[in-house]
Amino acid sequence: WYQRRVREAVVSTQSTGSSGINAEYGEYIQKNLKLYEMIHGYKLTPNAAANFSRKVLAKALRSNPYQVNLLLGGVEDCGTPSLYFMDYLASMTKEKFAAHGYGSFFILSTMDRYYKDDMTRDEALDLLKLCIKEVQSRFIVNLNSFSVKFIGKEGITVLENIPGSGTVHKDVPREAIHPELISRA
Amino acid sequence: MSILEYNGASIVAMKGKNCVAIASDKRLGIRFQTVSTDFQKIFPMGKKLYIGLPGLATDVMTFANELKFHTNLYQLQENRELTPKTFLSMVSNFLYKRRFGPYFVEPVIAGLDPTTDEPFIASTDLIGCPMVTDDFVVSGTCWSSCTVCVRLCTSLTRAQMSCSSASPSVS
Repeated sequence: WYQRRVREAVVSTQSTGSSGINAEYGEYIQKNLKLYEMIHGYKLTPNAAANFSRKVLAKALRSNPYQVNLLLGGVEDCGTPSLYFMDYLASMTKEKFAAHGYGSFFILSTMDRYYKDDMTRDEALDLLKLCIKEVQSRFIVNLNSFSVKFIGKEGITVLENIPGSGTVHKDVPREAIHPELISRA
Repeated sequence: MSILEYNGASIVAMKGKNCVAIASDKRLGIRFQTVSTDFQKIFPMGKKLYIGLPGLATDVMTFANELKFHTNLYQLQENRELTPKTFLSMVSNFLYKRRFGPYFVEPVIAGLDPTTDEPFIASTDLIGCPMVTDDFVVSGTCWSSCTVCVRLCTSLTRAQMSCSSASPSVS
């Protein structure tokens, strides 16, 4: 999958086709938002950026569709955060938490249970680790590492990777895990 | 699963005495997974005119934006609000323009005439065939079960419903 840093937002896209397609889409959005800022002298709000992304997807849908699902998160200058979930068909909602892909079937349930409106950054990171643990436990594909980015008023901070192998289900014996996965954590 | 059932929606509108009521669910799903519980499907197109759009969510948003653009333009040019009957013709026209690559929405229109306050409800299919009714319209994934429920309500309350009884009936 593919991430593009787009002003004070991160557009994370996941493609069912070749990764060239979603790279093109991510870059197109990124450069157009930068262009808007250059022309008008101020940045687009996350809401406007999300609606712009939706418009690009919707326009292309009936001729040359982008096969990208995306999550667009951003923080306005005053500090209000927003998260937008967008399908490859360009259906968009503003959500408190969202997930794409097969993992979403597990993650959304975990988030439904543990998400609170007034979570601190550390609590949110703990919830994220819990979601990853859930995915490692239930999802058939083994994923060895997860990158984390935090978007706040000050901008985008890259946090350290969350390892996958250390979060395998507690009942899986250590001998069953491939040695290379253990050493990579 | 047909493309009209991909995101899921139910819209119902009822006519009462000097009033209309329109209601929708707020679920956005992707097949059987619920993604959002706060998705808007009824859009105001005038002070007393609403359109409910069930169907594919991307087309719901696109079509609502396009309609809002054209109703705003109409109001600026004509210096008056759209009547519901004219709005129905507008909706029908826009849908039929895409006859061979349609918007996957089946709109429900409910409103009062801006001058006479006469109630009006109608619905169209995805290619714009208009249907004006006297009692109720339903559209969306549960239209068959909705029709039964609503027919039950209308048989109980007849056509002389006031506003206060129309809303509980719709819900």
